[in-house]
Amino acid sequence: MKSVTKAYRPISWPMKGAGGDTGSWRTHRPVINMETCSKCQICWVYCPEAVIDRYEMTIDYRYCKGCGVCALECPTGAISMQKEE
Amino acid sequence: MATSIKNLPDNEQVLSGNGACGGCPATMALRMVGKALGPNAIMLLTPSCSVASMGMTPKLGYNWPCINVCFATAGSSASGITHALEIMQEKGRLKGELPTVFCWVGDGGTYDIGFQALSAAAERNDNMIFFCYNNEAYSNTGVQRSGATPRGSFTTTTPRGKRQPKKNMALLMLEHHIPYVATATVAYPGDLYDKVVKAKSIEGLKYIEILAPCYLGWQFDMPETVQMSRMAVRCGAWLLWEAENGKITFNNPTSAIISGKKAPEPVNDYLFKQGRFKRLLQGPDADERIAEIQGDIDREIAFMRERAKIVI
Repeated sequence: MKSVTKAYRPISWPMKGAGGDTGSWRTHRPVINMETCSKCQICWVYCPEAVIDRYEMTIDYRYCKGCGVCALECPTGAISMQKEE
Repeated sequence: MATSIKNLPDNEQVLSGNGACGGCPATMALRMVGKALGPNAIMLLTPSCSVASMGMTPKLGYNWPCINVCFATAGSSASGITHALEIMQEKGRLKGELPTVFCWVGDGGTYDIGFQALSAAAERNDNMIFFCYNNEAYSNTGVQRSGATPRGSFTTTTPRGKRQPKKNMALLMLEHHIPYVATATVAYPGDLYDKVVKAKSIEGLKYIEILAPCYLGWQFDMPETVQMSRMAVRCGAWLLWEAENGKITFNNPTSAIISGKKAPEPVNDYLFKQGRFKRLLQGPDADERIAEIQGDIDREIAFMRERAKIVI
């Protein structure tokens, strides 16, 4: 990944946040309950946005669009969707 | 056995914060494709949702060199790039392993508009992978009817339901005598990963079609993307198979349906979960319409069962 300032050309470079801070699209935020989480990584594999860390089980809320696929697919029900304030 | 989730590699080719809708099946599938292909690849896109998902200049949502080409030319553009790469390697201007050239095209760019270029590329058997992510309509422009739209489905151009069945594109590609054809879907990521890894190792044109349930086009709730994809496979509306050099093998769970070990689930649950069918199946002729859709599915299962027996 290269920085934008280094090469100001009409070419796009691979970078996070190409669609802006997509976390602002969210109406509900997924919250992982680490007590019931079995670390099966199913949420990580189905996340369309690649915001879930597969080992730490943390969510990057800056880019998470809050689609809820992780919460529905979680086999132990450890992920809950909570309304954004 | 498909690769288990824990054995999938770590690399991410789809970057966070791209412009796709929440719960988009196209980026979901592209992540798995990226894990299988790795960073050494060149991506070709025709106008589709995936181009809109790339985001705004100077940022790019995919970690590959991406080329946006004209709608009808995915096959021919990829052919040109493949030949150019081979010549550059011959002349010594390109060292190391050749990058994988792949097209990431929607069902409109495969079934209808891009079919001629794809067919010609398949006949020449150029070395590339052609992915069709099939959401069964022109979803990028607001859900219009395409060749992949199933019978009875609502789109803005078929407000009373489409009257014709969809065509079996994967089978059409198989009859081009290309070395590898496969169908996959987002609910079975290990299966999809294996198929892409296998396609990468084969020389020639490889065609992989991925069912991508689009929640806006199909009119279901956003979190149900994976569930809908799983239901499509379980009721037989989407069959998982791969064909290496013309020999068809079915993958789990379609193999159980084809061999008769397990009956396909009734199509009603699948239809009534989707707004595109639901609103049309409330009239007096609902039973006939459901029977028609079930008939299409049964025919496809019976046809593929017999087709798989032909090995020459």
